[in-house]
Amino acid sequence: MSLQKQQILNKEIESFDFQSGGEASSDLKNILRKLGVPSAIVRKTAIITYELEMNVVIHSLGGEITALISEDELEIRVDDSGPGIEDLDKAFTAGFSTASDEIREMGFGAGMGLVNVKRYADQIDVKSSKDDGTHVKVIINLAN
Amino acid sequence: MTVKELVDQFDLEVVAGPDLKKEIDGAYIGDLLSNVMARAEKDNLWLTVQGHQNVVAVALLVELSAVILVENFDYEENAVQRACQKGVNLLKTKKKSYDLACSFCESNI
Repeated sequence: MSLQKQQILNKEIESFDFQSGGEASSDLKNILRKLGVPSAIVRKTAIITYELEMNVVIHSLGGEITALISEDELEIRVDDSGPGIEDLDKAFTAGFSTASDEIREMGFGAGMGLVNVKRYADQIDVKSSKDDGTHVKVIINLAN
Repeated sequence: MTVKELVDQFDLEVVAGPDLKKEIDGAYIGDLLSNVMARAEKDNLWLTVQGHQNVVAVALLVELSAVILVENFDYEENAVQRACQKGVNLLKTKKKSYDLACSFCESNI
């Protein structure tokens, strides 16, 4: 059973803000370091949050990232305000991307974002609709 | 080997050098940011053709020793500013990734 979680990060992510893109992940990484979280978990978390953060920057109208921690797990929530993912199964398929050519030229949109998130997360839950945007919840185990 | 020693030995251009004393441990070659995030290791050099600002975010997150832009590609100005603020080394060279990697191998990097 999970103990009560404490919020350690809440940051807004703006659409197409490549200047700040990655900063929430960087902030979270520094916070986890200070909390003494093992470096392998910090690394895993950085990969997950960077992918989710850049998804918000590239694909959404803007959103926010929240991180909560308890003794046994870390919870990352990434919520955006739309436009939603049309086909979730496809979004989890390696190589599938809806990114524009311009975005691909920057080295994004290889269709590995959510695939990487799934690989490193211990649990992942994605809900997406046109009206309500996309809501991702990832759990990373801290115990053992 | 430090980034400064690497710059001198391989005649690399320093575009942003806020932390040239950083130690180097291996290298990663790639232009897809997701791959770099997932595969590059701490203190690696990163050989790429991507010179935009988000490259700095990736380098910072993975704790790379330096980014090396190959084949005379240029960094965007906001990437250079961000690198200086965040302590990320940005280097460049005329050489191709393969040729540079070969010369790194010969020097046991």
